[in-house]
Amino acid sequence: MKLPELTYRVWKVWRRDFDVFMKTYKVNFFPPLLEPIFYLVALGIGLGSIVQAIPGFTSYIQFIAPALLAISMMNNSFFECTYGSFVRMYYQKTFDAIIATPVSIEEVIAGELVWGATRSLISTSIVLAVIGAFGLIGSPFFILIPIVAFLAGLTFSSIAMCFTAIAPNIDFFNYPAFLFITPMFLLSGTFFPIADLPGLVQIVAYAFLPLTHAVNLARGLMMGNLESFLLLSVIWLSVVTPVFFVLSINLMKRKLIK
Amino acid sequence: MSHSEVLIEAQSLTKKFDDFTAVDGINFQVFKGECCGFLGPNGAGKTTTIKMIHCVLPLTSGKLTVENLEVSEKPREIKKMIGVAPQENNLDPDFTVMHNLLVYARYFDMQKAYAKKRAEELLKFFQLEEKRDVIIDQLSTVMKRRLILARALINEPQILLLDEPTTGLDPQARHLIWDTVHGLRKQGVTIILTTHYMDEAAELCDRILIMDYGKIIEEGKPADLVRKHAGEEVLEVDYDEKVMKTLQEKFPDARLEIIGDRIRVFTDQPHGVFASFLESSQVKGAAIRNANLEDVFLKLTGRRLRE
Repeated sequence: MKLPELTYRVWKVWRRDFDVFMKTYKVNFFPPLLEPIFYLVALGIGLGSIVQAIPGFTSYIQFIAPALLAISMMNNSFFECTYGSFVRMYYQKTFDAIIATPVSIEEVIAGELVWGATRSLISTSIVLAVIGAFGLIGSPFFILIPIVAFLAGLTFSSIAMCFTAIAPNIDFFNYPAFLFITPMFLLSGTFFPIADLPGLVQIVAYAFLPLTHAVNLARGLMMGNLESFLLLSVIWLSVVTPVFFVLSINLMKRKLIK
Repeated sequence: MSHSEVLIEAQSLTKKFDDFTAVDGINFQVFKGECCGFLGPNGAGKTTTIKMIHCVLPLTSGKLTVENLEVSEKPREIKKMIGVAPQENNLDPDFTVMHNLLVYARYFDMQKAYAKKRAEELLKFFQLEEKRDVIIDQLSTVMKRRLILARALINEPQILLLDEPTTGLDPQARHLIWDTVHGLRKQGVTIILTTHYMDEAAELCDRILIMDYGKIIEEGKPADLVRKHAGEEVLEVDYDEKVMKTLQEKFPDARLEIIGDRIRVFTDQPHGVFASFLESSQVKGAAIRNANLEDVFLKLTGRRLRE
């Protein structure tokens, strides 16, 4: 494993992805705008009416709203750096074209990772606006959530890029989608408190599932419960992210440069 | 090209992929301002060599320098002075024609205004002005190739690498690309090209290197190689055992090749020997033609199909 040498050229790769995103911004802005509305109505209002109150929250809808923020962080960055990056790498040969210029392969991958994090930031900010419109924000600390979205987005992007580096073909991504993303979606304190899970599962959720920490932070900041376990989540993400960031660049380099 | 400056130099250049040796300890030089062609059957190592020159494939061993810079040490500096038109289409399908050029210019740190001016010039030159706002998917193959070439020139490279630039193009488009290559030569751009078309190599290249199985097996000026390996003229006649015998007696030093139902006779004797031979004897289906680079290529690399 080598630390990648990165220069300002990372931004040129980021900018390329950003330009593409902005070309189709209408399509890109719709899912983060509509999806939380469906969830809030169906789960929050519908399911919420038969769910007993969770301590510390006025309603079930308020409990799941921050989870929707965290899920948006996860989905946008993870799928950008699996399917999105794979298409650019394998089908479009975009990386090949870029590395024929002074931009290096390390910078291409870093640009993709930072872009994945940016997508998380953009989408999560839109979801946040929807949640605000539902009147569910309980604390001014919500303003820090986009920063969390970027950090957690970088975590998910980096993990995703490791899968991209080992993917023999695009169908491979079904494995991480069903074995990693789906369980995380359900078991990270998203739709019920993590404390309701068996002890061992709780430990696994805190130790290995990044979404647990994204949910934790989103919920804490949205409700203004700044307890010490928030710091733990910040530390977890700050330690895990650089490891996967560097690992994914190394793996991709090994895959692309024979 | 005799006393020219060396621009690219390879010494014992080797590239291995696991057990397979793609480039096997080759030595060559490319001189400033020349057009140098790499010929060879599929899998000979041409594209691998090109990719090492523009620093996207690391060497396994040996030495490779561009403008006295080692490819492994100064890839950015080298890539800045090179334009690459790859074999595969890797235009950015998410962008329009114009945007493809501008985004590419950005990777080279070109100022936006200057990049725009340069892109306009290139679109005009390659007759793509009307397509400037069209998405790549809607371009024909020929237009895509032209755009790839335009993109390769956006950074005003002093070295242009063309990997099979005219494969699959119609004669009109081939000639546009040939004209471009001639024009760039006049401006002093050094060009390295790979091709499977021998007429293209003969038309464009000052010097050619013939590769096979990762090695350079012959090099020189196209005309010299033709003279050396295929002589001046080639006689082709219908196959017949009696004719074969006559030919062997008449041209004891010649190389006779049977291809299908035809005999080809190669000799290093001057123009006219075949004509006088035909005047004195009756041979069916006889034709005399000038020897060409394809004769050389097939002689050196054989007729066996490659994977």
